[in-house]
Amino acid sequence: MVQMINKELSLRKDYLQGNTQIKTIYFGGGTPSLLSDSQLDSILNTIHRNYNLAIEELTIETNPDDLSQKKLKSLKRLGFDRLSIGIQSFQEDILKFYNRAHQASESLQAISLAKDAGFSKLSIDLIYGFPNPDHRKWEQDLAIAIAQDPGHISSYCLTIEPKTALGNWADKGKFQPASEDFGAEQFEILQTAMQTSGYIQYEISNFGKEGHFAIHNTNYWRGIPYLGIGPSAHSFDGNERGANISNNNKYIESLKADKLSFEVDHLTPEDLVNEYILTSLRTIWGTDLHYLLQTYQIDLLQDKSYMIQKLNEEKLLEIDYTSLKLTTKGKLLADSIASALFI
Amino acid sequence: MRMKNIRNFCIIAHIDHGKSTLADRLLQETQTVSDRDMQDQLLDNMDLERERGITIKSHAIQMKYMHEGEEYTLNLIDTPGHVDFSYEVSRSIAACEGALLIVDASQGIEAQTISNLYLALGHDLEIIPVLNKIDLPGADPDSVAVEVIDLIGCDKEEIILASGKTGIGIDDILKAVVTRIPAPTGDPEAPLQAMIFDSVYNPFRGVEVIFRIFNGTISKGDKIKFVNTGREYEADEIGILGLNQIPQKTMSAGNVGYLISGVKVAKEIKVGDTITHIKRPCEKAIQGFENVKPMVFAGIYPVDTTEYEDLRASMEKLQLNDASLVWEPETSAALGFGFRCGFLGMLHMEIIQERLEREFDMTVITTVPSVQFRALMTNDTYQVINAPSDMPDPTKFKHIEEPFVKASIITASEYVGPVIQLCMEKRGQIKNQVYLTAERVELQFDMPLAEIVFDFFDKLKTISRGYASLDYELKGYQPSHMVRLDVMLNGEAVDALSAIVHRDKAYEWGKRLCEKLKELVPRQMFEIAIQAAIGTKIIARETVKALRKNVLAKCYGGDISRKRKLLEKQKKGKKRMRQVGNVEVPQEAFMAVLKLD
Repeated sequence: MVQMINKELSLRKDYLQGNTQIKTIYFGGGTPSLLSDSQLDSILNTIHRNYNLAIEELTIETNPDDLSQKKLKSLKRLGFDRLSIGIQSFQEDILKFYNRAHQASESLQAISLAKDAGFSKLSIDLIYGFPNPDHRKWEQDLAIAIAQDPGHISSYCLTIEPKTALGNWADKGKFQPASEDFGAEQFEILQTAMQTSGYIQYEISNFGKEGHFAIHNTNYWRGIPYLGIGPSAHSFDGNERGANISNNNKYIESLKADKLSFEVDHLTPEDLVNEYILTSLRTIWGTDLHYLLQTYQIDLLQDKSYMIQKLNEEKLLEIDYTSLKLTTKGKLLADSIASALFI
Repeated sequence: MRMKNIRNFCIIAHIDHGKSTLADRLLQETQTVSDRDMQDQLLDNMDLERERGITIKSHAIQMKYMHEGEEYTLNLIDTPGHVDFSYEVSRSIAACEGALLIVDASQGIEAQTISNLYLALGHDLEIIPVLNKIDLPGADPDSVAVEVIDLIGCDKEEIILASGKTGIGIDDILKAVVTRIPAPTGDPEAPLQAMIFDSVYNPFRGVEVIFRIFNGTISKGDKIKFVNTGREYEADEIGILGLNQIPQKTMSAGNVGYLISGVKVAKEIKVGDTITHIKRPCEKAIQGFENVKPMVFAGIYPVDTTEYEDLRASMEKLQLNDASLVWEPETSAALGFGFRCGFLGMLHMEIIQERLEREFDMTVITTVPSVQFRALMTNDTYQVINAPSDMPDPTKFKHIEEPFVKASIITASEYVGPVIQLCMEKRGQIKNQVYLTAERVELQFDMPLAEIVFDFFDKLKTISRGYASLDYELKGYQPSHMVRLDVMLNGEAVDALSAIVHRDKAYEWGKRLCEKLKELVPRQMFEIAIQAAIGTKIIARETVKALRKNVLAKCYGGDISRKRKLLEKQKKGKKRMRQVGNVEVPQEAFMAVLKLD
């Protein structure tokens, strides 16, 4: 697999038009921390050989139980400067339910070891919306997380996907997902806790202290091109989004034959505008009305005047005549609002 | 064929009493249809009819039968079995000299059967009573025979026991048709006088008229005239109706057949009209002609507003073969462009809706059905009200009048209490109560048509566990305290949800409608107030709370396009919803009124 990833890297070196300087690299989607040092090294080497780099952020997603002192040292040596740790929860029973391999104690240890190893840019993931009778466990989780003082916290609501273990349990009635209102309350608890602890909600699910915002992820929301390598990885060149084949074996077979296997989705200007609205509304910077006007000749304020006014009256959306931003209440309805503003 | 060897007869039966199966047997027995060609329930040749088990459009079929060495022509004239089509039934009956009265030996006589039987007796038809399904374990021919004897005063020996399923009694029926039903009378040399009792639309040949000749002779190529419409045609083709059409050069008094004369649109043909020659017309038209009037009115709108023209084209095509469907364009603030349609009844309305969906692939919204009210204006003229929007300003009329019917309900005696209670709830007044036997009772009520057309029959069936049958006829208009009930969403009136209801029922109606709408209108970004009002007075209110949370947590590189597509797809789905002010209303909401129990 690593060989094929290297092959894909070299075959697609011109995807981002060669001379573009690459500023961020993100190892994620699965558990890349399971890769051996030499495997990670070989991938990084391939990147160095084929791409023009000016690295500002090099992130790897990890699980708490993978982060031994030794592993952390290696990651540091390989050049990683940011860790995203998939903690999810500090509650043993919930971790067990999520079928995670790690324990809450390992999470706390991992954070402290990572700090000791000199990783100043730390992000932890937390999941809310677990159907508990009240919000106590979620409040505890937040308190523990904040006490560890990571620079960055990403937090997602538990979603029940079909064809997963949770999905099957929910179908069979063995598991009763939380109500919409319950999830909404937990999101509000999250927002308040983050705000009082100095974290800025710079995107719906992302909170960072000053200087700790994720550069790589922020670029997704700004419409900057990116190249995704590996099975199921997605790329964007400014006009087209490509999705690699998701089946591991087929991915390997294809590259063995020196063939790239991805599906391309060409985006019309309308698609690009809607995607911009969708992603930008989720951020602290909001939807830049001048940008839409200049780049796509779209006057959103006029085209959607009735809806924008109504959303504003309902205190879901703020307008300052250069941008549209969601209010705290509006963030709960980001998808509905984005959809209402689609051209 | 000489007149003395012709027999014209129809079948009077309640739905499910086995009329179609029995008719099939007669066709098989006379070898009109070979066994191989036999399709079950041959006479009902529209899919919809077969599924519903109801003959919607009547047809006729000719059989040959040998009796004592002579060949007879038997014309079986089929009749629709639903009260919506009672005028067509009356015309079919008028074309016959005899009728088979088919009664399910396990169920007894039903209200519809009785009213058709009275029609037949009124036309002096010879009645041949047949107890069907005698092979069924639950059959009780003796007590049903008593009912029949009470009703028509026949002898027990005259009743034929039969089973369409096993074939018992089929030959007895055919013999009885020949020996008991009189041959038609009439003068083949007299001026032509033929009655139209049905028409069939054929997309290739135009409208085929089905007629019965009472006097005179018609030949291919004759110049003819329809007396009531005054339209003139040439008889391009005439013929008899076997399993297929068999063209003839001439046909004379006593015969039943079809005529093709280049008529393209069904509404040019009026059932009950008289056909005669232009040169030598008959003196009088055949009695009993009526212009069929719609009883129930409702708006029909395309679900997709861009399909208005397609809907119009589909309605025009439907009208080609359904003359009783009338419509005119109508505009609704909530639903856009559509049509105000008049139907013979609720069944007819459902049939039209289903035919639009099946035959023309149109998805439509049907609004609150209404009967035709009228307002006695201050200047003593009447103004017709076919829709809530027609309701005049309360200061401009003296009162509103609504159509009443004489309803006859036959039920088992144990259900008399609940049936009376239901009828009272529906503003009915009991007029008579007759015990047909110790167990079966006929109840007569005067009731507002508006209460009957909705879900009355379903309710009647429910409270009587199926042991009740209903028939009704229009009685006339009576003053009633009718009011227009409006529905508002966030203060905006939704015209398509307005209804004309009785004042005493308005509060209940408004409350239930608001509750139903609350279930059907999904939570949206804003709170939605659902209100019911009479004039400016709010009589009921429900609130749909605002959506709390709709945001997918993750939105990174691989999620963006997927998420956009998902939201766009949802939005497209919503386009099928109707926008009332800032409220998105799903299609089902407009039908909510039909589902109030």
